[in-house]
Order: sequence, then structure tokens, then C-alpha cells
Amino acid sequence: MKKIWAWGALVFGLLYFTLPLIGMTNFSLKMRRGEYSFDAYGKVFSDPRFQETFTYSVMQALFTIIFGVLLVVPTAYWVRLKLPRLRPVIEFITLLPLVIPAIVIVFGYIRLYNTSSWLPLTGSLTGTNILLMFGYATLALPYMYRAVDTGLRTIDVATLTEAAQSLGAGWATILAKIILPNVLVAVLSGAFLTFAIVIGEFTMAALLNRPAFGPYMQLLGANRAYEPAALAVIAFGITWGCLGLIQLVSRFQRSAPPKA
Amino acid sequence: MSSAKPDASPPARRLPLHWLGILPFAAFVTLFLLLPTMKIVVGAFQTPDGGFTLDNIRGLFTPSILAAYWISIKISIASALLGCLIGFAMASAIVFGGLPQGIRGPLLTFSGVASNFAGVPLAFAFLATLGPVGIVTVFLRSNFGFDLRMLGFNLLSFWGLTVTYLFFQIPLMILIITPALDGLKREWREAAEILGATGLQYWRMVAFPILLPSLLGTLALLFANAFGAVATAIALTGSSLSIVPILLFAQIRGDVLGNPHLGYALAFGMIVVTGIANAIYIWLRSRSERWLK
Repeated sequence: MKKIWAWGALVFGLLYFTLPLIGMTNFSLKMRRGEYSFDAYGKVFSDPRFQETFTYSVMQALFTIIFGVLLVVPTAYWVRLKLPRLRPVIEFITLLPLVIPAIVIVFGYIRLYNTSSWLPLTGSLTGTNILLMFGYATLALPYMYRAVDTGLRTIDVATLTEAAQSLGAGWATILAKIILPNVLVAVLSGAFLTFAIVIGEFTMAALLNRPAFGPYMQLLGANRAYEPAALAVIAFGITWGCLGLIQLVSRFQRSAPPKA
Repeated sequence: MSSAKPDASPPARRLPLHWLGILPFAAFVTLFLLLPTMKIVVGAFQTPDGGFTLDNIRGLFTPSILAAYWISIKISIASALLGCLIGFAMASAIVFGGLPQGIRGPLLTFSGVASNFAGVPLAFAFLATLGPVGIVTVFLRSNFGFDLRMLGFNLLSFWGLTVTYLFFQIPLMILIITPALDGLKREWREAAEILGATGLQYWRMVAFPILLPSLLGTLALLFANAFGAVATAIALTGSSLSIVPILLFAQIRGDVLGNPHLGYALAFGMIVVTGIANAIYIWLRSRSERWLK
């Protein structure tokens, strides 16, 4: 009786989740009348706008990851080492991007950093690109900070720091050669999640008028029939790939020797 | 009284240097998270030339904006409730249902993917499934003569958006509630049974009260999650359905409300709604952690 009920819930859920995936895959293959083909994918991949926007988003994602790592790893390390009492405060702040909708944050950017403001970031292309990267870093902050902080929990930060210091290492050396390698797996999983977020992001890029992948998908969706489904399959594949990589690296971590 | 902190006196002179370590973080967060939000909040109470006013807030109480908030809130509540219900059913099926062990891992992994599969692609997936020529629509029409359109179902509507949002709401629920269900100790059930409780009594009097804070907290989180979702809605409906995020998007793009500061008020309203929902979540989560460690 209980088992039937459990199977029922599971099957219902699986049906709900697989139908849209089957639907979009099926639709993406039907561009040629009457038979299945990869025409829609060919169209998408050969579209120069696809290549431009995808490259743009990948570049933005890479810069966001680099910036995020440089910002989050030293901060999380420092808070654990020297300012443990601040931890709840920092944690609260890093969770704020989950509370404040992205559209509100980017609205604030536009009003705060417009051409007539004290920091006219939206006045130039480079400035807008940097602003967008900061926006992405803000969106990724909750995930990045949590991942790194969890990674730091598994190592003895204070002892490692003292050992390195007594051997004459400075702060930069400690961070780059001791702390970062130790939390690399956590950093990587944060990085993959950041990548997935940036690639699919729509609101910020659209409102800042940058040619990113998200707005391109939306534009194509409004004008074409079959290509959007192909894009959805590609986007789902990217998300899947990123989270698969997280699984892979965290399994790698589990097989590493446990902390002393 | 003032000397009650003995350990703080000797290193007090070095303390200021410690703060320098989080200066980059503090600067970043201030410039790109706190200040922009403050700007919106303050702007909601300002006239275009900087004076203080409540007119913008009052401007929210016009029928069209109220209607937008109302439909946003309704969609968020519906998708949060259904997401909680279905997610809970699926999570308890894999935790207690006696299903094969092999199902759990893949389902949780998939939930991780699906809860991140929001935005534009999700809208395309549902258009290809439940849209006018979607796979399910066509299947029902050609095999059962059953027309979803005739029944009043339209993807670009309240229910359409709710059904679509469920695609990321249910997995989020599964991800959050599974650890809580795992935390229900076997001993509690055994103790209840020894005292003569039936399965229903155990659920009603032991398990459910313990889970209640987690459930309500997750409900609040799912609500906020749906309320802030913009991309899916825009890709799905264009701007035909007037929900708050779409209205705000159009306002930022081209001042559709005729008053730039009404946009601040609109955004401020969004912060208030998601802020309340998240405060409820955080409060209830801290309560539930007492039991579920």
C-alpha cells in the first residue's frame, strides 16, 4: 500500500519532468518536414550571433569566476582566521542576492552608475562589461561563498597558517600555495555553478544592453520556431555538464585523505 | 561593569588591522549590492528633484499595479504550494517509500540540475510541450480529441506560468526537504509505536509538528523564488501577462508608467515581499534546526 503510493508520487514527478525535456528535444529535431534532423542545431551553430553571444557569455563567466575567487577565498579565509565573530554577518550579506531579485539590483546599478553619476560605468562599453561582471559576481556570491566556506571547514586554517608563517611565508604565499590548493575542489564547484548561472542569465544582460547569450535566446525565441528548442537543449546540456562536473570533483574530494 | 571582558584588553591595539583583511569584500558588497539596493529604497520615497514624498508608494495603489502584484502573488503562492506538496510527496517517497536505493542519488542529482534550469530555456521547453503545437497538446488532440485550448488552458496565463514554475520549484523543495526527512530519527517512530501509536498518529503528532517549521520555511523560500523570476515569464509571455517583474522590466526599459520614480516604488515593493518571505524562512529554519541536526 505504502509502496504503491510512493511509486505513484515518483512516477507522477518523473512524468512531469521528462515530458518537457522530451518535448523540447523532439521539437528541436523536427525542423525538416516529416522527418527527424539536426537542421535546427545546424542553423543555431552556424548563426554568427550565436557564436558572438556565446563567446561573450563564456568570457564574462570566466572573468566572473576569476574575480569571485580572488574576492571570496581571501575573505572567507580571513574571516575564519581573524574575525570569527563576523561570520554570521558575512554569511547574511552573502545570502542577500537570493533575497533581492536580480532585476532590482540591476535597476539600482542603472540609476547609480549612469553617465551623469560619480562613477559612470554605463558610459562606456568596457565600463558596462565590468559592471555586468560585478553583477554576475553578486548573483554568484551566495553559491561561491558557501562552497569556499564549507571547503575551509575541512582544513585547520589556524595551524596551517602558523606553520607557513614560521617557515617565513607571507600572506600572498599562504593564500596561493597553502589555502587555495586545499579548497580547490570547493572553489571548482563554486566556479561551475557560477558558469551555469552566467551562461543562462537574462535580466542583467538585457537591461544593461550587452550581447549575452540569455538575451540572444530570448530574441530568437520571439522570432523563430524550431531553433529555440535546440537552444534549450543546448542550455540544458550546459547546466547538466556543469553540475555533473561538480559531482565529479566532489567525489574526487571524498576519495582524498580526510583531515587529520 | 566595563571591565567584564578580560581577554579583550591586551591585543586591543592590533585589532584595527584585522579589519583591513575584509576591506575589498566590504567595498565590493557596498558598491554593488548594498548601495544599489539602498538607492532603490530611498528612491521610492523621493520626488524627481530629491524631496521626500509618499506619492510613489501611493502610486502603487492604482488598480493596474495592484492587479500586477496580486497576480504575481497568486502565481507565487500557487507554485510554492504545489511545489511543496509534490516535492514533499516525491522526497518522502524516496526516503520512506521503500523504493530501490538506486533511485535516490540520480533523483537528487537531477533536482540539482532542474532547480537551476530556470530562465529562457525553461520557457522554450514548456512551449514545445504544452504550447499550441507542443508534444502533449498535439498528442491529446490527435489521440483523444481533447483540446487543451478548448478547456481554457493557455500557457500564457496564470496556470501556464504556475505549471512552468513548478519545474524549478519541485526540485528545490526536494533538495531542501530531503535532509529534513532524513533527520527524523527512527527512535522517535519506535518510541511512538511502543506507546501504541498508529502510523497516522505518529505522523500527526510527532513527525509533522517537527517538520512543520521546515515545511513552512521552504514554502516561504519557494514563494520568494517564484516572485523574483523574470526571465522565464518574459520568454514565455512576452509582455502579455502583467506581473510585477515584467512591469518593472518594461519600466526600466522605457518608463511605461510615465513616472520614473514609480519604478523605484515598484522595485521597493518587490524587495518588501521577497524580504518578508525570506525573513520567515530564516526564522523558521533556525527553529527547525533544534530538532533536525
